[in-house]
Amino acid sequence: MSKLLEIKNLKVSFPTDDGDVKAVDGIDLTLNSGETVAIVGESGSGKTVTSLSILGLHNRASTNLSGEILVTTQAGVVDVVSAAEQDVRSIRGKNAAMIFQDPMSSLHPYYSITNQLSEAYRIHNKVSKQAAHNRSVEMLELVGIPEPAKRAKEFPHQFSGGMRQRVMIAMALINNPKILIADEPTTALDVTVQAQILLLLRDLQKEFKMGILLITHDLGVVAEVADRVNVMYAGKVVESGSVEDIYYQPAAPYTMGLLSSIPSVYGKGTGKLSAIPGQPPSLINLPKGCGFEPRCTLKHLVTGANCVTDKPNLIEDSAGHFARCHLDLETRKIEGKKVAAKGVK
Amino acid sequence: MLRFIARRAAYAVITLLFVSMATYAIFAILPFDPAALSCGKGCRPNLIEANRIRLGFDKPIWEQYWLFLSGIFVGRNYGMGNAAFSCPAPSFGYSFNENACVTDLVKQALPVTLSLAIGALIIWLFMGVGLGVLAAKMKNSPVDTGATIFVLIGTSLPVFVTGLLFLVFLTIKWNIIPLSLTGYISIFSNPPGFFVYFILPWLTLAFNFSAIYTRFTRSAILETASEDYIRTAVAKGLSPKVVLRKHTLRAALSPIATMAGLDFAALLGGAILTETIYNLPGLGRLSLKAVYDFDLSIVVATTLFAATIVIFMNLLVDILYAYLDPRVRI
Repeated sequence: MSKLLEIKNLKVSFPTDDGDVKAVDGIDLTLNSGETVAIVGESGSGKTVTSLSILGLHNRASTNLSGEILVTTQAGVVDVVSAAEQDVRSIRGKNAAMIFQDPMSSLHPYYSITNQLSEAYRIHNKVSKQAAHNRSVEMLELVGIPEPAKRAKEFPHQFSGGMRQRVMIAMALINNPKILIADEPTTALDVTVQAQILLLLRDLQKEFKMGILLITHDLGVVAEVADRVNVMYAGKVVESGSVEDIYYQPAAPYTMGLLSSIPSVYGKGTGKLSAIPGQPPSLINLPKGCGFEPRCTLKHLVTGANCVTDKPNLIEDSAGHFARCHLDLETRKIEGKKVAAKGVK
Repeated sequence: MLRFIARRAAYAVITLLFVSMATYAIFAILPFDPAALSCGKGCRPNLIEANRIRLGFDKPIWEQYWLFLSGIFVGRNYGMGNAAFSCPAPSFGYSFNENACVTDLVKQALPVTLSLAIGALIIWLFMGVGLGVLAAKMKNSPVDTGATIFVLIGTSLPVFVTGLLFLVFLTIKWNIIPLSLTGYISIFSNPPGFFVYFILPWLTLAFNFSAIYTRFTRSAILETASEDYIRTAVAKGLSPKVVLRKHTLRAALSPIATMAGLDFAALLGGAILTETIYNLPGLGRLSLKAVYDFDLSIVVATTLFAATIVIFMNLLVDILYAYLDPRVRI
């Protein structure tokens, strides 16, 4: 396993008239080849901002970036944050490719499928149009588009949502990148198609030995495909660990809240859906202490620290399992077990 | 595609029929006697009656309309004996004020209006779209602010103000553009003279349209630039230049093609204000004068002509749009 991507203390903020919106507030993350790392969190937690910044897709003029995003390329390690625009461009699509949330709007409506795929291929490979077309058809076949030679000549509106996402995957993988960033790849699709796309991604990952960075808010999807999970809240990673750690031994109260919010099909239930009370904090005026404190139901159990004034650090719970909370390890364990026992699979 | 065009053509014919009827009807119910008007002031009653019969105004209105319609295909003969004359097909009637067949009058005026409209269209597309692209590319820069000011002035000032301002400053005060005092000069007979003759009218017309197109282009590009598929294009590793040229402009400019087609069609009906300011003998002036003179045959003909152009350009724009946007292909 080689290291493909390493994010160190990444901070992303957007200056507005009301103050800086701190969308990502210092996160660390590593992605190795052949591994799937998930970033989970609710809307506005900074997961999409993180993923976009890896390819430098934010408008540089209106974004403040700091920290390091180290991408391993054939020519060595490139730091996307400090590299010149031209160097970042040579990474896009070649070393790291991205698939987006909404396949309906992510393909250009005016160009045929083969045109768009060939274009992606020819940016990084000096080949003839015919060769690029052949490569496109090959990729379409790989992602399971029936009659790829014929359908390549069609336009995006002639494809269904699931098929379009397959096309997006084909386009992302056409240059054989080592890093695939999947930003909510199944959110806009219905459940049966979701499963197909996830299976496809898993198969392709084996074939291409890719590292996949999966951005999602769907804990079901995470359980299905991820090796390691980072739970984000208000621009920070609040918990990270293996899927087993997160699901069977959640350590941060926010993760526990998320897991309790999953409606269970089994058992009797009270007829009410459980939710985390309150709203995420404003990203302009982040709380001085713990970002989750106003919504936390376990803060009365904290001893020896003040959740309102002290920022918690990411503390290793067990090997490779980190949580950002003032609760002592023993209490985390007890509360985590309670949540896990309530029945997550 | 052929069926689509055939159906649209059938609709066009029906629309034109109604347009001609409506125009005819409006003039029929106006309290003016065309026979008396054609005879001039102080005309004796027996002469008016003779004129009435000669020009066919004695017949009932539907028969007059029918004669008009059939004249388009077979031509028309007026009067008898020595006073007889005819307008060959396609005849749109005879103007007693101008003493000429309407078809000939339109034929004379059309090249003027056509030259005016085409020249202005070229200028405003270059200026408007160019400035719009520039403003969008340099959003929030002084260039963008300058474009906004231009848009504000261009859309606020009517043609009869800009036209007069151009005349006063560019021609009379600063002597930059000479005023052509000759009649219409064809591009085929004297190209430099043609340009001198038309440059001011072109600029006047294009000024207003450029402003509108600048605004439209700028907002269309900015709107398209925030589309998901543009982000996809960037994520592929394309350079900003290619993203703009191939991806953003293609989607942003398609509606502008539609707009230009329709604006152009409207202008071909006659740019009345511009033609009046610069004394251009085009279709707009022809119709305006005909309205003042209650010259029914000219008004019906120019109205029909304008309607035909609008309908035809609509069809053309639809076909063009289908070519540009694969989603509306049939």
